[in-house]
Order: sequence, then structure tokens, then C-alpha cells
Amino acid sequence: MSTLIDIRDISVGFVGRDGRTREVLRNIDLAVDSGECVGLVGESGSGKSTLALAAMGYLKRGLRLLNGSATFNGTDIFAQSRQELERIRGGQLALIPQNSGQSLTPTMRIGAQLHEALRLHSALPADHHATKAIELLGHVRLPDPKAIVTRFPHELSGGQQQRVAIAMALAGEPKALLLDEPTTGLDVTTQAHILELLRDIAAERGMAMVYVSHDLGAIARVCTRVVVMYAGEIVLEGSTRHVLKSPTHPYAQGLLASIPKLDCAALPIALDGRPPAPGDAGAGCAFADRCAIVQDRCRSVRPQLAPSEIGGTVRCFLAEEAKRQKGRTTGAAPVRYSGDDTMLDLDGLSISYAKPRLLEQMLGRGTNVPPTVDDISISVGKGETLGLVGESGSGKSTILKAIAGLLPPAGGAVTAGDQPLPHTVEQRHPSQLRQIQLIFQNPDDSLNPRHTVSDILEQPLKLYFGLSGNKLRARSAEILERVRLGAHYLDRLPNQLSGGEKQRVAIARAFAAGPEIVLCDEVTSALDVSVQAAILDLLNDLKKTQGTTYIFVSHDLAVVRVLSDRVAVLYQGRLCEIGQTHQVFGGESHPYTKVLLGAVLEPDPDAEPTLAADDVVERAPPERGCPFQRRCPRRLGAICDTDAPPWQSPATGHAIRCHISLEDLNAD
Amino acid sequence: MTKIATTPAENTRLQRSLGVLRDVMARPSGTIGLTLVACHLILAIISPWIVPYDYKAMDSLLMLKGPSGAHWLGTDHLGRDVLTRVLLGGREALLVTGIATPIAVIWGGLLGIFFGLVGGRLDEVFMRVVDAFLSLPWILKMLVLIVTFGTGIEVLIPTLAFFYGIPVIRIARAATHDVVARDFISAARARGHGRITVISRELLPNVLDTLMVEGAMRWSWMLLAFSSLSFLGFGVSPPKPDWGLMIADARGFMSFAPWGVLGPVIALSSLIIGINLTADALAKALGIDRAQKAPV
Repeated sequence: MSTLIDIRDISVGFVGRDGRTREVLRNIDLAVDSGECVGLVGESGSGKSTLALAAMGYLKRGLRLLNGSATFNGTDIFAQSRQELERIRGGQLALIPQNSGQSLTPTMRIGAQLHEALRLHSALPADHHATKAIELLGHVRLPDPKAIVTRFPHELSGGQQQRVAIAMALAGEPKALLLDEPTTGLDVTTQAHILELLRDIAAERGMAMVYVSHDLGAIARVCTRVVVMYAGEIVLEGSTRHVLKSPTHPYAQGLLASIPKLDCAALPIALDGRPPAPGDAGAGCAFADRCAIVQDRCRSVRPQLAPSEIGGTVRCFLAEEAKRQKGRTTGAAPVRYSGDDTMLDLDGLSISYAKPRLLEQMLGRGTNVPPTVDDISISVGKGETLGLVGESGSGKSTILKAIAGLLPPAGGAVTAGDQPLPHTVEQRHPSQLRQIQLIFQNPDDSLNPRHTVSDILEQPLKLYFGLSGNKLRARSAEILERVRLGAHYLDRLPNQLSGGEKQRVAIARAFAAGPEIVLCDEVTSALDVSVQAAILDLLNDLKKTQGTTYIFVSHDLAVVRVLSDRVAVLYQGRLCEIGQTHQVFGGESHPYTKVLLGAVLEPDPDAEPTLAADDVVERAPPERGCPFQRRCPRRLGAICDTDAPPWQSPATGHAIRCHISLEDLNAD
Repeated sequence: MTKIATTPAENTRLQRSLGVLRDVMARPSGTIGLTLVACHLILAIISPWIVPYDYKAMDSLLMLKGPSGAHWLGTDHLGRDVLTRVLLGGREALLVTGIATPIAVIWGGLLGIFFGLVGGRLDEVFMRVVDAFLSLPWILKMLVLIVTFGTGIEVLIPTLAFFYGIPVIRIARAATHDVVARDFISAARARGHGRITVISRELLPNVLDTLMVEGAMRWSWMLLAFSSLSFLGFGVSPPKPDWGLMIADARGFMSFAPWGVLGPVIALSSLIIGINLTADALAKALGIDRAQKAPV
């Protein structure tokens, strides 16, 4: 094996407003052999993407090379001319970005984009391009490549777009692929399929891959070697097995402990604090402030990367100790619900986005498009947490919006406590509005950038409780305390807070209303895993002290598992299965639940996902029969297309909606 | 990659404005732009007391004389001192546009926000009317009104404010659309705040930045329009000095007495460049210009 990518002692930084040079990467050495797959992991801001891009000689605007060199296949990348770089990039060294939907040209057909890649980066004569394009699309396992070449990017699903991006990258027969979070933002099933594809392609072609991701599950599946980065430096490097199974650096341990796992019902342990800003790491170990086993010398002397005795290298004085510390891997047990008062009741809820067309309006008819969400009947107990899971487009968020009154349902009823709720916010009484609070996915979007934290928290307090003056401020501080932020945060603006702090403020705002029901819409998806663990812990704590009822929406099954008492599985806006968490996650379950569970990636090199169904994205539910009919791996036959499946109950509180008999469901 | 302020600042409105001002001043375009604009404003205010001559004093002996110790910028075809007339020539333009710009931004902004919020068919129809208006050459539209109603300030201000408010509608509507789709608006609606509160507290502060930058840009366009009207003889009436008018008067003698044109041209363009540079720096300081975001 020869070294393909050789990065030596590279430092990259920018000059801040104060004129100081701040380093984003600090003296990094990284060698990638041909055919090898290396994973780069770390929290956001650790410099992992910057390092991967530096390997192809690209630095983001404002960044400059301070030291070191990057060699690709024997050529010094940073010494090349622009033309030379353009030849290498996309040819021998290809990049697959995170959101390929945005990197494909929206006005060009897929075929034309592939032709362009072939023209620029392959030696093939032009008349072979058309057949080669179809061949490449077949390689990335897109169904019906001949039809795909005539499509535009927006006509493809996210997973299909990502496959096209991979096909384009393969056009130049690259020796190495750089992947920057290629599956982030995709559904679990799609992600698992893409990762399998990448594994196979790399093995078939002997390609090297540098895989940048914050998702250790994806890394475990694809990479043979892992490099853990922190504050712009490598802290641990070794085989995937060594890093994930017996990490010797406290940071890697913390990162692993903060990931919720499907087979473990305990809360993950949060990694407190946050990494130093570029250039702010002191003289000692950059991780010292967050380290559980820190010693005095860690703060004054910067540890060097040293070979660890079980293989790989580690940047820690206390690697030995860290290994012994490993015992503490599970956190507190989540609060479990026991009670039988109903807090929220959804009865036959249906929601439709389709508007009747002009002709239909004139004829006085409704649309015959099936509603986006249909026939949702769930009741949630007081203090219970209901998890809603499903792929994107399954209607999870739509249901939350309908409960909050932001989207009037087409039919059905929502009852909170013992009073039926009017359909829209405008019709609801303030006391009914106060009862139900919504927390959004992305705090950057849900907090007004022009309001200070106190402005944000005071709004519900003024609106619902009519507080003012000193009382108002005191109460705001008290609420802030409850989400573990000090009163000194009151005068800050959202852009002066970190992602986790912003989400805490959003949570505080919801709890300021003293709600009985809190709707959480993917509240941790935009956060780092270490921060996610802290947020989950906080939500659990608030449930304990306030007795709040949660409806928790997430695409991450492990996260749902941790907090939920009961789980409802949705497909295309229809319920497939509902039951106690342990019932849904084990024993007999709906074929769709099985597909979802099979696709979950564990941060364990031995865990293997099972890919049962195709990762096709459906745009609308079928008009008749089972919603999952087109993708179901266990289809019975025509009955699935024509008849709505019956509810079957294998145990009290557990219901599965499928034509397959319970014995058969249990069989596999 | 979030930038975190090390000092927990008092985030009052005043302090934010001061911070933005400091940011504008810290940029080269802001420093140059603000200096130019400030010089013009100060000169416009104090010029009646510092001009060396009477602006309408003609002297047939001094016709089209070049720059000299007595007349730094020479004299025009009626023997009037060019420097005096350049110093005074911006007053009318700054007064008219200084009043018309805020009016244009306010009415255009309010209407744009309204239609951005209402949407639907009403918005669709109204925006086509706006498009139709924008497709006509501005000078034609304005001349029609000015010829009908006269050329005084009382006609010029409403005319300019009206026509320059129309493009503001578009900008305000687009900015409103951007903000309305964001979750903090949904959050405020879900809490049950009234429409007025949502607009004034949640929406307006976020649209205002865009409107401020747009206002600055409109101001420079309006100055140009005003000077063009004067140039065509529909703005300021002689003998009052005005840059557009001076350029019109002196352009016939440009080949042998260029100073008559040069003075007002430099004055007018420096003011417009100053406003544009300031608007540019302001946009960056407010974070509207996305291409220029800080590294990392």
C-alpha cells in the first residue's frame, strides 16, 4: 500500500478582527493509503471539514495556510497552479458534499451534468459519454438510469440526489473520495443504503476515502481507521475497533458516552462545556477544561501525540487512566410514566395540504387527493411522553402543528384535559394556548435574532401571567436557572450563545408558560451529540419536576427510545404501530418499524444494519389499502393494495396495523 | 463556529445602533462614505455664511474666467462665482431628497410589509400593478406630474417620494416573506400574540435593517433624479444655484471653460458615491450582505 494523501504538519488559520492569527488546524499529520477509508470525527468547529478540504488544496474564504504541506499522489497540492488543481480536483480526487441537492445545478438535466463531469475529468471520447453516464447511474444503484438522465435534480429525492453526486464523483475514476457529512440530513433508511453503496464502491475500485462525519454510527460502518479531532488537533487516531470499543482519550470516551443507544434505555451522559474558540486554546491540553480526569500538568503542558499500547496514537498524558475510567458509560435512568389520566386526546385527526383546484371549487367538490395525515387517534396520559417516529414526510411535524393550532385540521378533534380545543390559534382561549407549548427544531430559526434572552422569556410571562417590572425579570432569571443557564445570560442576544444554549433558551421560553403539554419537534437534531445528551437530560429533569406531558418527534430512534414511554410509528401520515416503548422496539412489530430499526447505525464496528426495504421516497400516500404497500418487504399480495389493514393487538397497549397475522409478524 | 462576545454587552437598542455605527466606521468604505456625506451635510448647512460672494451677483467683466486667487473655481457665463454656487448648489437637492426619502421608505415599506403578510390574490394583483409602474421610464412618469402641477418643492417632494416608494414595496415585501417563514413568527402565533404584536415586535425589527439599507440606496438614486430634473429645467428655477442646473448651463462652454461643469459634477458625484459607500458598509455591518460574511 502506498500513501496517497499525505498531510504534514499542516496549520490553517485566519486573522481575526483584533489582528491576531487564530489557528483552526494545528500541526496536523495525516496519511491515507490508497484503498483505505479514514473517518474524521469531532464536534462542530473541531476542524474536521477544514482538514478534509485542505487535502484537496481548498481553504474556505478568509482561511490561509500557515504551515505544512499536503501531498496527493506525490504532487504538492498547495504548490500547484489553478489549472493543475482544477485537473486534480473532481478527477483523481473527488468531493461529495453534505447537501448534494444544492450542489447540483437546478436547471440542468442529470444526464447533462454527468456529461460535463465526464468531459472535464475522463479521457473517454464524447460519443461514449451517454452510455457511460447510464452505466455510472447504474453503479450507484439508481433504479432505471435511462429515465434518470432526463430528469432535473428537483425531481429526485434527497437520497437519489446524493447518489447522482456520487456518480458524478466517480466519473473521473478518482483514486480518492472526500466525503463531507454525505448522509447528514437523510432519512435513516436512505442513509444506511448510501453507506452500503459507498462501502461497496470503495472495495470494488480500491478507492481511498476520507469520511468526515459527526455520526460515529456512520463512521463505524464505513471506515477502517478513525481520527478524532478536537479544537483543531488530532487527539486520538487508530483502527475503528480500537477507537470505538476501547477509546483511550477522555474526549473520545465522552463523545461515545453521549450517544444514545438503541439497546440501552438509560440517558446518555452529556459532555459538559464546549470546545475553545479557534486560537483560544491555552498552553496546555485543549480538552483540559472539560476533562473528568484532568491533572495540573494538563493545564500547563500540551500533550503530544504518542503511540498507544493497543495501537494507534493518542494525545493524552493519562491515556492509561482514561482506559481504566471506562466503567461509567450509562447515565441516569429516565423518568417513567405511571398513571392513567388522559391529558391529550387526538381523535381521528386528518390534515390536508391539498387545496381544491379552481374547477373543483366551482363544481363545489373537494379534492380527491388523500389527506397528508389521516385517521390519527392517540391519547396521551398526564405526564406521559409519546414519541412520534417516521421518515421525513411521515407527517410528524404536521401533527404537532395541528395540535398547536398553527395548521387547521381537515377533520377530527383535539382534546386537552377535558375541553375540546378549537382548531386554530385565533379561536383558542389564552388558557388553552398556555397549556400547549411548542419547541422547534432549530433555535437559530425559532429565536428572534433581534431580541435579547430576557425579551424572549418575558413574552410568555407578560402574555399569560401579566407580570411586569422587577417581578418579570426575577421570574425570567428563575426560569433561566431551571434550564441551567445563569441570570447573566438575560441580556445576551441569540447570536452570542452557542447552539446548545440557544436551544435551552427556547426550552425555557416554552416552560415559562407553565405548560401541561410540550410538543418537541426534532429538538436535538440541529445539535452536536454531546449537546444533545445535555438537552435530553434537561427535558427529562423538567418532566420529573413539572410532570409535563411531552410529544417528542424525532427521526432518531435511539433518541426517541431514551425519553419516550410510548411510541407511535407513522408512515405517510398514517399510524402503523403504537405501543409501550419496549413493545415497539422489541418483539413483534410492524414491517415498517422493523425496517426503521434495521437501518439504525450503532457506533459499533460489529453492528450491521439490515436493509429490508428500498429507500424510495414516496410523495403521496396511496389512495387505498395499506400506506406502506409499495415498499413493504413482507407484502402479502393484492389485499395490501385494496383493503385498509386491521388493528391487531399482541399485548395491552400495543397495536399493529397490518394484514400479516401476529404469529407471522412474530416469526422473524 | 458561533462567534461569542466575550463581554456580556448591554444589548439595548441604543447600544446596538452604536455598535453598528462603529462597525460601519471600521470599514474603509464606511469611513470614506460617512466622511463624504458628513462634509456635504455640514457644508449644506453652513454654506450661506461662508460663501465668498453673492450667488446671483453677475459681473460682465468676469465672464468665464478661469480659476484664480479671487475666484478659486473660476466664474460662469454670467460672471458669477462658481465656488459660491457649488457650495450652495446642494442645499435644495439635499432638502428635497432628505424629506422625500423617509416618506418613500415609510409608505413603501408599510405597504410592502402589508402585502407580504396578506399574500394571496390581493397581493398578486397589486404586485402586477407595481411591476407595470416599474416598467415605465421614471423620468417620463415624473415629468407628467411636474408639468401638470408645477416645479415647486411642494410638488417635487411628494412626486419623488411617491415614485421612489414603489421599488421599496418590492424590497419590503421580499424581506417580509423571508422573515414570516421563520419559526419565531410561528412561535409567537402559537403563543397567541395578536397580529399587531407579532408584526411590531417580531417582524419589524428584522425587516428594518433591510429597509435602512434600501433607504440609503434610494436616497442616492433620488438625488440623481432631482439633479436630472434640474438639468432638464424642471427642478430648481434660476437664479437659485443647483448642481444639475449649473451643469446644464455650463455644458455649452465645456470645451473652453471646463471649470463651470467640473465643480458641480465633482460635488454631485462625491455625494452620491459617499451615500453608496455608506449604504454598502451599513449592509455589511448589519449582516445583510451574505457574500461578505466573516471567515469561519
